[in-house]
Amino acid sequence: MTTVEALPSAPSGRGRQRALPDKWYRGMLGVVALLFGALAIWFLVAIIIQARPAFSTLGFSWIVGKVWNPTHNQFGLLPFILGTIESTAIAVVLAVPIGLGTAIALAFLVPSRVRPALSTTVELLAAVPSVVYGLWGLIVLAPLFREHVEPFLTSVLGWTGLFNGPDRGVGLLLAGVILAIMILPTMVAISRDVLIVVPTEQVEGAMALGATRSQVLRKVVVPGARTGILGAFTLATGRALGETVAVAMVIGNAPFIAHSLKSSAATLPSLIVNNFGESTGTELSALFGAGLVLLVIGILVNALARWLVWSTGADAAGAELGR
Amino acid sequence: MTDASSRTPHAEESLTVQAEQAIIEPPTGEVVMTLRDVAVSFAGKTAVRDVSFDVAAGEVTALIGPSGSGKTTLLRALNRMHDTVRSASVTGSVHLGDLDVYGPDTDATLLRSRVGMVFQRPNPFPTMSIYDNAVSGLRFNGVRKKSLLDEAAESSLIAAALWDSVKDRLKAHGRTLSGGEQQRLCIARALAVEPEVLLMDEPTSALDPIATKRIEELVGELKNRVTIVIVTHNMQQAMRVSDRCAFLLMGDDKAGELIEFGPTSKLFSEPTDPRTLDYVNGRFG
Repeated sequence: MTTVEALPSAPSGRGRQRALPDKWYRGMLGVVALLFGALAIWFLVAIIIQARPAFSTLGFSWIVGKVWNPTHNQFGLLPFILGTIESTAIAVVLAVPIGLGTAIALAFLVPSRVRPALSTTVELLAAVPSVVYGLWGLIVLAPLFREHVEPFLTSVLGWTGLFNGPDRGVGLLLAGVILAIMILPTMVAISRDVLIVVPTEQVEGAMALGATRSQVLRKVVVPGARTGILGAFTLATGRALGETVAVAMVIGNAPFIAHSLKSSAATLPSLIVNNFGESTGTELSALFGAGLVLLVIGILVNALARWLVWSTGADAAGAELGR
Repeated sequence: MTDASSRTPHAEESLTVQAEQAIIEPPTGEVVMTLRDVAVSFAGKTAVRDVSFDVAAGEVTALIGPSGSGKTTLLRALNRMHDTVRSASVTGSVHLGDLDVYGPDTDATLLRSRVGMVFQRPNPFPTMSIYDNAVSGLRFNGVRKKSLLDEAAESSLIAAALWDSVKDRLKAHGRTLSGGEQQRLCIARALAVEPEVLLMDEPTSALDPIATKRIEELVGELKNRVTIVIVTHNMQQAMRVSDRCAFLLMGDDKAGELIEFGPTSKLFSEPTDPRTLDYVNGRFG
């Protein structure tokens, strides 16, 4: 009986043997993916549940309230939302040109002998724990800013109104600078990698038309890598938005809307880390709400980056790079 | 400096010295480019050597030979594309008119606007529109005036036989074109700069037969406008499009060398060197 059945079905039997591990493999991957999805949903739902009391007692307007004063039951998040966006904006404005310039230099201009050493340095900087950056910012940079950088900027750019108030060292500006230093390695490392893979034929096409080295870089290589550069920008912005400890150490932690770059301020993450230990009830729930708002800002930045990629029609270039 | 001026070669310079190695029948008309003892090596390893011939104005000169014979390497020496490769070195002399291509005062970017190039695979700039691709070379060379750019875009696209199919969608991406159209866009892009010589490196190798035929026809039309040097591994193509042929072959030491140079008709019907005869008859390569 068995032999009769086994003989004609031998080829398909072998096929089934091959198919079985494949099925297992797919099943395992499916389970892992499901677990991950479940984790993400659980995480999101938990935050929403924890934040709900704040919404049910305060409505929705507390999110844009200007005053954070838990003893008077005021939990306005606007100062922290603005502090987060402002410190991130300072960081991005400083880090994007410097990071892109460094990436171009590393990819094309630096002699190949010193290139590995410089690249390793950049990657090491990305691995430094943020608390170390915070410590360095507080102990080394803050006095420097108070004595030299802020007085200088005030004398040169004081007319803009951005540098009103006393020189404190700690504050929004220092937080932005520390964040810039922290996201630079990310900007540089990813931008360099995507610049390097712009096809040689594109570079040669421009060269053959009489383009100078700088024209090749500006008109062909950087535009060709823009999808990847936008990716670097998104990752770096995401890190700056969420960075907690280093910012909390140098921003001054004042729950007010900053009226100057030298003002002390606070961000959503620094608010959470400074208060979670002693918060209960509505305040704790409001901290979860702050986390939720941070999440939304992160999603918006991501969506913006995707829209930029899409609207500049970089898909073709991206596909080209992806090959 | 004295060295450079003393070796200013022209058509009248005797070519019999090389005759021991290569059989050369120099063109009689006006000469645009002169190659003398050109050799290219990478990291000390010679890829092609001892190439001497003249490129006649208004003609199509084909570089033919099997893979590894150094055709492309030689072609890229003519507009200094090897400059980007650190290990590459070019010896001998290449002249464009009176300009010493490898002279110490020669600006490679300026040279490349006089010697254009079309590559094996169509390489329009993916981030630019058809129009921007067509005028990209002019922009690299500092032309900003819109009327000049418009004029150049139209005339070069007409010359590349692409105008009629793209005139209504100049703002579309270069990548929306078919492979053959992309290659013609690359030809238009090169023509817009009005080079004296156009180098074509197996321009049809990535194209289908119909697109290939159109490019070949285009080469025939373009030679009234620009001198062409074309690399091809396809002997039928060389026969169809070229006036003069340089046949290269890989020597025993893996370096390409010039075997024979002369009018295409002669090279294919009655070649002097037996190796040329073997190649054109399809006995190897």
